[in-house]
Amino acid sequence: MALATDPLATIDATPSSPGGAPVVFENLTRRFGATTALDRLSLEIAPGELVALLGPSGCGKTTALRVLAGFERPDVGRILVDGKDVSHVPAQRRDMGMVFQSYSLFPNMNARDNVAFGLQIRHQRASQRRARAVELLDLVGLADHVTKYPHQLSGGQQQRVALARALAIEPRVLLLDEPLSALDAKVRAELRDQIRALQQRLAITTVFVTHDQEEAMSMADRVCVMFQGRVEQVATPSVLYSNPATPFVGQFVGVSSRIAVTRHGDQVEVLGRDVPIRGDLSTVPTGELEALLRPEDLSVTIDPTGLGVVTHTSFLGATTRVGVGIGGAYLRIDVRSTEAEDLVLGTRVDVSVTARDVLVTTPLPAK
Amino acid sequence: MASLELGTLVADPSTIDEPFQGDAPVTRRRRRLRWGRGTILVLAAAYFIIPFYAAMAFALQKPTGGFSLQPLSQIASAPGFLSALWLSTQLAVITMVVVMLLMVPTVIYVHLRMPRFRRVMEVITILPIIIPPIAYSVGVLEAAPAWLRASQYLLAIVYVILAMPYVYRSLDSGLGALDVKTLVEASRSLGSGWISTIWRVLVPNLRSALMSASVLTLALVFGEFTIANVDNWQTVPVWIYLAPTDNPRVNTLVAMIALLATVLVLTLIVSLDRSQSRNSRRS
Repeated sequence: MALATDPLATIDATPSSPGGAPVVFENLTRRFGATTALDRLSLEIAPGELVALLGPSGCGKTTALRVLAGFERPDVGRILVDGKDVSHVPAQRRDMGMVFQSYSLFPNMNARDNVAFGLQIRHQRASQRRARAVELLDLVGLADHVTKYPHQLSGGQQQRVALARALAIEPRVLLLDEPLSALDAKVRAELRDQIRALQQRLAITTVFVTHDQEEAMSMADRVCVMFQGRVEQVATPSVLYSNPATPFVGQFVGVSSRIAVTRHGDQVEVLGRDVPIRGDLSTVPTGELEALLRPEDLSVTIDPTGLGVVTHTSFLGATTRVGVGIGGAYLRIDVRSTEAEDLVLGTRVDVSVTARDVLVTTPLPAK
Repeated sequence: MASLELGTLVADPSTIDEPFQGDAPVTRRRRRLRWGRGTILVLAAAYFIIPFYAAMAFALQKPTGGFSLQPLSQIASAPGFLSALWLSTQLAVITMVVVMLLMVPTVIYVHLRMPRFRRVMEVITILPIIIPPIAYSVGVLEAAPAWLRASQYLLAIVYVILAMPYVYRSLDSGLGALDVKTLVEASRSLGSGWISTIWRVLVPNLRSALMSASVLTLALVFGEFTIANVDNWQTVPVWIYLAPTDNPRVNTLVAMIALLATVLVLTLIVSLDRSQSRNSRRS
């Protein structure tokens, strides 16, 4: 299943250009009736890079991928692959391998013929393309399932055949449209690692659409967070987590709690302590402010006179996430599980900020 | 009455001492059900078999008593039969080809690009069943160019309309069982154009739908009498009705053979369909 030996050593891993093709989204706009799915989207993807498009449903991430694949035409803007404008090239001539969210294997063909399909279209000799298909199936760990039909394969196996099929045509860009979302958690984690390992070894430019932030953060070189058809932030996973550019990113990526704060110059008072404001002070809004706090930015101590009350705990393994109600706010705080045993529901606690600085934003509009 | 007797049968003296008296009514109900089913089956079989037997007996009985297969040999030499068979075969082939060429791309297009139009299509394609065939056969006659109006192949156009409801429904349900959009997009992303996608990806997965559509079309063309008769073309059904043979037994025999052939082909389709679905059904 996993890449135990090194099946990659046996395969001719030569992408069309060394390091894969660079991709540029230039000012893309796409409307469907009254809704704007893409709103002046611009993004540059380096050769061989894996960029995840992350966002809530309806944020335009899938539309962006479909425009790149050639299944949708942009109303405005263009797409450059390897420096060439492909905006008007039909999907079948774009040389992009795609793995879909729903199982997309051709039901009338076995695994090998599915993988060989793209090569058949390219008029490769039958013996050659079959050999190549078997190699690729071996690469994704399915050497024993070459002659099985899609209905004889599990969901995870089907997606691996789909991946092999997409790679068979040696695509310039690999497109992954939520390929793991139909799978159960264990298979998902396994396949996630496998896709990433393959992508890095083949150095193929990859665009990965997902609504699962954990998936995006664990696989991507850079994550592009989208909201309402626009790019909110493009950054490496660690920058995205530690330094979200916008309150939306802070809220959407990772877990954040909000609490009202008062500003004192370049600091804000959070839970009785002055903490520096993170980022560019000139962009800090005026008026009422709230701080966005990660579970690890806070600490909790049992205090019978404390203002907080434990209202929720969930065991996560090494850590336990404790929910504390304090002055109308609800804070989520990670505590080492060994220390969390006394934090039963209703315990009075004191909460303090341990972060060096905090991100501030305006309060969410009342619902 | 029967159930009473069955009940007494179950109340075997040897079981009286056993604690599971409650079993008896269940068994009784089951037996009653089995009886009911059997009766319906026998009645239905009789309904189909008796007329069939009577017709066969009429066709194959010798005037002197006993049966003979001799009328079979008269079929081929019966005046006009071979030309009627040839015409019906040609019409069947033309109808099948035309109706498939029209309907396959149409249904695929509707599924992919205008899914909301499926309801409208359903209504449109059911019209040939609602409107009396004679009405649109006159319509086709009026609309057809002169060279076609005089041709026997004009019938094929009418049959295409007649076959539409069956072909549309077969294909629609066949495509409904597939994730057409994803399959088409997967195929295109792998470099396959539209025609190749339809031919290599969709058609093989519609095999059973296409097969049943073809058989229904075949049965329709070989069974349609009214329009062919009105238009004065001697297809097989018209020949059976009008044939100027001195031996009406031959006509009856042809009708029976046609019936048997249809049943055989349908059985074949059903069994092929089953073996295919065992091979490549999506789980």
